[in-house]
Amino acid sequence: MAEMSTEQAPGAAADAAVARILAATVHPPAGAPRGVVVDSPPGAGKSTLVVRAARELVGAGERLMIVAQTNGQVDDLVGRLAEKAPELTIGRLHAADSRPGPEVLKHANVTLSDKVADLVEHDVVVSTSAKWQWVRAEAPWRHAIVDEAYQMRSDALLAVARLFERALFVGDPGQLDPFTVVGTEQWAGLSYDPSSSAVVTMLAHNPQIEPHRLPVSWRLPASAAPLISRAFYPYTPFRSGTGPDDRRLTAAVRPDGSALDAAIDRAAEHGWALLELPARHTVRTDPQAVAAVAATVRRLLERGLTARSEQGEAPLTADRIAVGTAHRDQAAAVRAALLTAGVPVDQAAGPAVTVDTANRLQGREYDVTVVLHPLSGRPDATAFHLETGRLCVLASRHRHACIVVARAGIGELLDEHPSTEPVQLGVPVTFPDGWEANHQVLDHLTEHRIRLR
Amino acid sequence: MSLLTTLARLEAVRSGRAEPLATVRHRHLSDRPMVVVPLTAAGEAGAPLAVMLGTDRDAPRLHLVPQPLNRTLRFDFLAELAADLLPYLESFAEDVEQIEGSEKDPETGEKTQVFRELCADAPQLIVPNGAGVRHLALLGRSTRFRRTVEDDEPGPYPAPVRVPLLGRWLTHLTDRAQVPGTSLLLSMTGLLARHWATGQSHLEDQHLAARLAWHAPPRGLTGAEAAERAESARDDRGQLLHPPAGPATDPRFDEFVLAPAIARYDAATAALQHGVEQRDEAAAERARAAVRTAVEELREVLTAVLLPTWRDVWHGLDLLRTLPPAGHLAERWTGDRWSYTGHRDRLAAGEPPQPRQDDAVTAARKLAQREREQARLDVQEALDDPLAMAGHRLAGEAFSGVVTEVVPDYDTTGRSPKPRPLVTLRTADRPHADLGREAHRVRSEAEGGPAAQKAEIAAVDPAGGTITLRMLSGMGRKKEPEPGSLPEPGDLVTFTLFELTVRQSAPLPEPDDTPWTHGGPPGAAPVPAPSVSEEWE
Amino acid sequence: MNVSTNVPSSGHAEPLAQRLAELRGPAPQRSLNARSLAALAANPGCHRRAVLDAAGVDKSALAARLGRPAPFGQSPFAIARGVIFESRLKADDYAALLEPLRAHLGVPADGGAPVQVPDLLHRSGPAVRADRTVEALARAAADPDAWTLLDHPMLRLDVAGGTAYLEPDAVVVHGGRCTVVEIKSFPVLDGGADPAKVGAAARQAAVYVLALQQAAAALAGRPLATDPYTEQRLPGSPRSSVLLVCPKDFGNRPTAVAVDVRRELATTRRQLGQMTGIGRLLAELPAGADFDLAADEDGVPTRSAEELAASVEAVPAAYGPDCLSTCELGFHCRARARCGDRVEQLGRGVRGELGSIRTVTQALAAAATEAVTAEATTDAETGPDEAAERLAYAAALRAEALGRIPVAGRA
Repeated sequence: MAEMSTEQAPGAAADAAVARILAATVHPPAGAPRGVVVDSPPGAGKSTLVVRAARELVGAGERLMIVAQTNGQVDDLVGRLAEKAPELTIGRLHAADSRPGPEVLKHANVTLSDKVADLVEHDVVVSTSAKWQWVRAEAPWRHAIVDEAYQMRSDALLAVARLFERALFVGDPGQLDPFTVVGTEQWAGLSYDPSSSAVVTMLAHNPQIEPHRLPVSWRLPASAAPLISRAFYPYTPFRSGTGPDDRRLTAAVRPDGSALDAAIDRAAEHGWALLELPARHTVRTDPQAVAAVAATVRRLLERGLTARSEQGEAPLTADRIAVGTAHRDQAAAVRAALLTAGVPVDQAAGPAVTVDTANRLQGREYDVTVVLHPLSGRPDATAFHLETGRLCVLASRHRHACIVVARAGIGELLDEHPSTEPVQLGVPVTFPDGWEANHQVLDHLTEHRIRLR
Repeated sequence: MSLLTTLARLEAVRSGRAEPLATVRHRHLSDRPMVVVPLTAAGEAGAPLAVMLGTDRDAPRLHLVPQPLNRTLRFDFLAELAADLLPYLESFAEDVEQIEGSEKDPETGEKTQVFRELCADAPQLIVPNGAGVRHLALLGRSTRFRRTVEDDEPGPYPAPVRVPLLGRWLTHLTDRAQVPGTSLLLSMTGLLARHWATGQSHLEDQHLAARLAWHAPPRGLTGAEAAERAESARDDRGQLLHPPAGPATDPRFDEFVLAPAIARYDAATAALQHGVEQRDEAAAERARAAVRTAVEELREVLTAVLLPTWRDVWHGLDLLRTLPPAGHLAERWTGDRWSYTGHRDRLAAGEPPQPRQDDAVTAARKLAQREREQARLDVQEALDDPLAMAGHRLAGEAFSGVVTEVVPDYDTTGRSPKPRPLVTLRTADRPHADLGREAHRVRSEAEGGPAAQKAEIAAVDPAGGTITLRMLSGMGRKKEPEPGSLPEPGDLVTFTLFELTVRQSAPLPEPDDTPWTHGGPPGAAPVPAPSVSEEWE
Repeated sequence: MNVSTNVPSSGHAEPLAQRLAELRGPAPQRSLNARSLAALAANPGCHRRAVLDAAGVDKSALAARLGRPAPFGQSPFAIARGVIFESRLKADDYAALLEPLRAHLGVPADGGAPVQVPDLLHRSGPAVRADRTVEALARAAADPDAWTLLDHPMLRLDVAGGTAYLEPDAVVVHGGRCTVVEIKSFPVLDGGADPAKVGAAARQAAVYVLALQQAAAALAGRPLATDPYTEQRLPGSPRSSVLLVCPKDFGNRPTAVAVDVRRELATTRRQLGQMTGIGRLLAELPAGADFDLAADEDGVPTRSAEELAASVEAVPAAYGPDCLSTCELGFHCRARARCGDRVEQLGRGVRGELGSIRTVTQALAAAATEAVTAEATTDAETGPDEAAERLAYAAALRAEALGRIPVAGRA
């Protein structure tokens, strides 16, 4: 295992890492490779880094293009840039048939267009990789930042790399990998397998690039970082930027003796709770598990929780809570159950609980999350449900606590799962294995189990 | 596996017979398909043992390698196969139609009218199963780089002249078979699996005879019993009553039938060589007869293990022809014809054989093509077949219902008002119809009008079982919708939540412009020299 | 090409080993080999497989006695080719094998120390051979410059309180550490190989790596690292990448490819750890049940086919169609699953959509119920049965698409 600089204070360690990254990006020494890669575990300040790198590059007289993967990510990034770097002129390049939401328009320094020609003169132009692929530019940018680069597919990078000379690739290698629905076996093992991650391909062709790492998670509390690091980043450990006493979750309303309240209290105290329903094989939208998730969220709101952290004190409102599921129909069922329970879920109508799948929760952050375990009630595990990134995303969105709702029997399900994965020669093994990571997380959760009868 | 497919399988368990998974045939079938049943020699990658092929079910032709380890005999086999198969593949090259198109002049930028040749029809190979496709791919890989006596440097083991050409065709066909919905090379198990469900698993369905047993079980047997008999029943000599569909042979056939027959062939050829060396003409003559007998015996045993599968493939074709062709088959077959024509042209232009591995740009292009074709196939199958659409409805990605109300409404934000009527329908389907989500109305060509009509979800009432959509397009340019462009109360309509047209793929650089992230242009990186005479013992 | 050796009946039979020996009867014990490992990987949750493998019962013979013999076999052509390939590798003092190995381990092709190939007493019993392997390994590891090839060494592995003996094709020792070498006869074509076969080889090799890790930890007097991803760099301990030696392209020339088996190692450790649960499974067996395949002097079997079938039936199986290609009893268990009307006969995946429905009859009954009445089956304990509802909905859609009129109550 790599050495962790435990002596250094987390802030100092993170600052040193950021300084190295910025130096390599903005003032690359002669002969330096054309790419800089930054591996960022959950909540390690990736977005802050992107904003700082953009400011410094522009400050050094460069124009810059930024590639993100989804419209949501682009809008988030544009909003953050506009707010934190008001001196920058920002172009938001969008597809002809998808104009960004109104919140992007409220910034004076942001210009919208579906034609890159309207935006070229701006300091920074931001768009999705899908849109960048269609851009024909005569004068390419010198610098690019590729955000969420591990979610980007190699073929997308192939289509956009002509637009820049140098690039900073930032992403979380532990999240969900890109995928395709068609067969790609014939390219397995090739360095430029078009279905693999953009970063993997780029590194294979530029072996002199040593990825940087952000060593501190500012999001994950001290109760979560060690588990997430061990289970999902076994060879690139990180730690929490806060200590065990820096985050506190307190309830105004005393527990009513129910399992739900016991789980909430457990999570408030330990950062984790496993609310376990009796073992039963169910369909994906297990009505009882869905009801348990909805009831937990409602109790979280009813009990008037306060989240205290290094950033101050704030009530736990609906918009600080997220529910994570594996499938869209599960999210829809939870949303319907929350509506029935009178919990707001429509973001457009005010503060509301976010209910979404792991894919869509990537890159997001909340105070408390309630997770419907991907393996809950399943008679069998599949590669989809065991995918390492899925559990990693679901278990690493919270600043204070994570409550996992699941049917009993997941341990047995994992034990009975066939381990007959094919192995492709020449394809680097990614760690960890979803099966092993699931075991590790479950072992930990079992210590915080509350049974729901 | 979708629940709808599972349900069909459950029904098949109960009925003991295959149950339909499609109401139409979703793959093009040629009037003159070439059925190819290959066998491989065990223990060696892609080593051919025999092949039975032909376009006439009553006249199969057999080619075999009497001693699979012998390089010369293997080349003889490949030359025979090339002589048999290439005329079929090339027979579609002459009959062409002229397709009009336009081309941009690279200097003036002006568009000029051009005509391109498109072959009027294309060949179609049918093999028993997916392993058969992979075997043909291996044959293509092992032969397309071979040098022949016609090359400047033929190397120590020149192959017969047409063998590399056969390899290039097989490579093209097997590559094309990776593109969803194409029909130049198809496996019978894959064809049957698309159209019928059996009461067994996908894994067991890979066994062609066992699969077919569900279609016509002998009297008194269920599909499961008939399938098990096809899988495992043996005669008193321990040989399977129904040999596997290959390309791998049954180990007990190898041990007790094939190995002794090959040993007799070896002995006869050894005696012949001895006779020739000793200049013993009488002994040589006897040995020649023995060699002929040994080859004849091999022909007999290989014919015996190939014929059942040969008949199975033709039986499968009969079953498939009972289904009416799907509406979009001709369109997809045109794509196959272009693919065939393109390969014909590359051969004619003297281009080198397909490389062992795709370069970065070619790989990305192929992936984009496959994804595009998969999307097109999904849409077309749904439009062609109510059972396929039912799968999308069950998944919440489409819904059908009877129109109860059409309320005129207008978008008045622009200079002139545009029609934005509200259509309400009653449905038992439960789609993932979030408010504001885009929906697409399915319109058959018979109904006329624009193919795509967009709408968005305006209201959902799950309790009442109604969904209201605001129609957004396909109503003409006037204030009032064109007559006939909207459904009327009482009409049965279907909407999908997925687009009904397939998006173009984004442009990719030319291989010579491969960026630094992907290793630069292919020529720039050191490429291992292609081996002239790969060892093949 | 792994040939496994039987475990000798140990001198002091522990209660568990004793019980397992009784189940097996006088027949020789079958030990962990490539096929039983593959079966373990394919179906770790099957109690029937677990008990039979733990007792070392000859499942192939058992399947034949039950009337549905295992369909596995190897063509004489494949065997001959494998033998030729391996013998070529070993010709001329392993020249053909060492060339790719050296290239991989970064050792100069010549000029290095000559290769030692110690005698590992192949004619002796497994315990003697295993001791000899430990000695040879220790000696080879002590000299980092030395270059030693252990040809078919014998390794001990502690499984569920007993000892299994394992025989890898080869282990190379250099630089104080060792590397497992697995020789396979499937080809590496243009740098790729059949992923299923490579996966199986990796799982098999991972067991050898685990055995070597245990040995190195024992020799160093240290416990095995608890974290499965940690590579303990002890003297003589194995590297976590193994070398797969295969024919290259369409020829017979060997090529060596490194395969990282850390994931397989982690999985194997957990699965073998599970095998200690075997005692619990045995406790559930009815008295008198056993799998004695022996025959008396007149050739009359000790147990009739009916008795064997009853014993087999007493241990629950977790059948899935994958079993047909990995387990000798696959065809027997399929027949039982069909008799039992289990939905698993269609594949494990189908259960995911069927919730608590376990039989074909139940599923079709649910499908035949009209959607409205499906709601009525709501019971207080479990809430509405969504699986049944969805089946009914699917059946209605299917009937509509096929132009069939759904018939209520058809079962």
